[in-house]
Amino acid sequence: MNAAFFIDAIITVVAVTTPILLAATGELVVEKSGVINLGVEGMMLIGAITAFAVAFDFGPDLGDFAPWFAVVCAAAAGAASSMLFGLLVLTLGSNQVATGLALTIFGIGLSSLIGAGYVGMTVPSFDSVFPDWLVADPLGRVLFGYSPLVYFALIMVLAVGWFLNRTRSGLVLRAVGENDLSAHSIGYPVIRIRYAAIAFGGALAGVGGAYFSMVITPMWAQQMTAGRGWIALALVVFAGWRAGRLLAGAYFFGILMTLELYAKASGFSFLPSQFWAAMPYLMAVVVLALMSARNVNRSDAPACLGRPFLPSS
Amino acid sequence: MRIRFEKRLTPSRFMLVATPVASVLLTMLLGAVIFELIGFDGPNAIYQTFITPIVASYKWQDVATKAAPLIIIALGLSLGNQAKIWNIGAEGQYIIGALCGAGVAMAFPNGQSFWIIPLMIAVGIAGGMAWAAIPAFLKTRFRVSEVLSSLMLVYVALQVLNYLIGGPWKDPNGHNFPQTPPFTPAQQLPHTLPGTPFPPGLAVAVLLTIAFWIIMARSVYGFSVRTVGAAPEAARYAGFDASRTVWSTLMISGGMAGLAGILEASSQLGQINLGFPSGYGFTAIIVSFLGRLHPIGVFLAGVILAVTYVGGQVAQTVVHVPEATAGIFQATMLFFILASDILIRYRIRVVREAPVAAAGARAGATA
Repeated sequence: MNAAFFIDAIITVVAVTTPILLAATGELVVEKSGVINLGVEGMMLIGAITAFAVAFDFGPDLGDFAPWFAVVCAAAAGAASSMLFGLLVLTLGSNQVATGLALTIFGIGLSSLIGAGYVGMTVPSFDSVFPDWLVADPLGRVLFGYSPLVYFALIMVLAVGWFLNRTRSGLVLRAVGENDLSAHSIGYPVIRIRYAAIAFGGALAGVGGAYFSMVITPMWAQQMTAGRGWIALALVVFAGWRAGRLLAGAYFFGILMTLELYAKASGFSFLPSQFWAAMPYLMAVVVLALMSARNVNRSDAPACLGRPFLPSS
Repeated sequence: MRIRFEKRLTPSRFMLVATPVASVLLTMLLGAVIFELIGFDGPNAIYQTFITPIVASYKWQDVATKAAPLIIIALGLSLGNQAKIWNIGAEGQYIIGALCGAGVAMAFPNGQSFWIIPLMIAVGIAGGMAWAAIPAFLKTRFRVSEVLSSLMLVYVALQVLNYLIGGPWKDPNGHNFPQTPPFTPAQQLPHTLPGTPFPPGLAVAVLLTIAFWIIMARSVYGFSVRTVGAAPEAARYAGFDASRTVWSTLMISGGMAGLAGILEASSQLGQINLGFPSGYGFTAIIVSFLGRLHPIGVFLAGVILAVTYVGGQVAQTVVHVPEATAGIFQATMLFFILASDILIRYRIRVVREAPVAAAGARAGATA
């Protein structure tokens, strides 16, 4: 246990945390608008394969610009797939739980279909955005040695926190989530605001997926997100629908997932490696119970979460 | 001109039945078009996927083998869905049920008597129930959403399976593969019922479909479940306990998933291996919705989804479409069925003018 070990550990924690932080930040905005989208896992996979396919097929022509373009495409693909969900739950008033699941099943199928030809292929990843001398010493590496998406995730969660709590538009979005009928009756376009929130959530889930295929392992494997999208959903509940706690919660889960990697790699664990693999999911259940127990009388959840809204009814 | 949804006074029974049929047909049509666009023989791919498994009698055994667990799990899920209890973790209950049943087999390696199979099945059901009891407890005690808790437990169940078949239960003669020792003949159900191409699970599925039909249509319990889902306030006023509905629906759906799991293990695989978790628990959610939560509908929907599995493999070998297309067909079917839900409670009206300016615009048009 020396400094180098801790630095490696910190860097691993940041790496595994970033995709769930991205996806959960997007889902936070969606849920604040009163919609629960269980399609996060599917949208992440669609983002992951889009980024990978774009980087693989167009990478040689684009050079250093390729990973950036790939991530933008992943965001667009995530947003596009979320619009399918939006059309069903917003315009057609379908059940949000079932529609979100359909989106996840669809995303798994679509990414496997497109990804079948890419299994085992590799793509070039991001170069550091900071000059080399900054990353030279260990402390510099901990601060500046990451993929640009890591900083993007941190900026997004702070920006979302600011947007929701400090801006007028954020207030309107929260009003739509707390009481859609009132918001509708004073003239806010409930459906349009929810579409926008869902698209934002889809875009961030797409970027989160791209982080898997572009940064964590720039080599394609089917279903590489391995259930992390569901952790992102639990994280939003765990955070009590607050951006600051979302950031802290994401790192808590990131540490748990890192324990799994270290337990597998070093064999220091007296418990079987499967225990550590199950740990993030077990802890998700435990923290859901703790958070919900605290909230029995005073719910943090947006009041209209999951309720369909059809103004013509 | 714009389209408007107008609420019906009573839900349309015609649409309740017509929309699932239309969803399947639209999925076939869309599938043919998309296959054609990406360079396959579209109509043939659809024929092989949806029709071959039905017309070719040598495929019936495959279809029935896939349909049985889907129907058994989906019957349980439909009950909960009627009460708006969303058990998304049937896959985990299916795995744990099979593991518990297999545990009985492991505990009596020399068990030859006839009671070993009933015991395995009973313990399998109990295991599925126990796994579903966790979300039920968390929901009734702490109001934890059963959607997330049941789903997280799927991933935990997968790790339990990996641990057991790779560790304590590993077959010593299995060439180091992660799998349990094969069940003895006394611990196995036959692949198919004697003289038929159908697995024993299908007989169970038929009996349970009838049982669920009677329970839902004729019993106070069935009525209470529907009322808790449709009008929670009215249900409370009528004295139907919401917590008891949560417990009972999760116990029943968990038990059904466990039953499906142990039947699959003892009649089809004859052991538990890495290939055991096959996603039936998730596909059963689609079956439940495509079947409109009605036992007969669930039975038919289970057969259709089983056809897409079997047909997907046929299309893969005959038309060389990729393996993953079956999953996309299943998701598309669910999308269509959910999108058409609105037609049951609303009718579509095409309105000529925007309603706000209606009076003025009409005056202008006639002038």
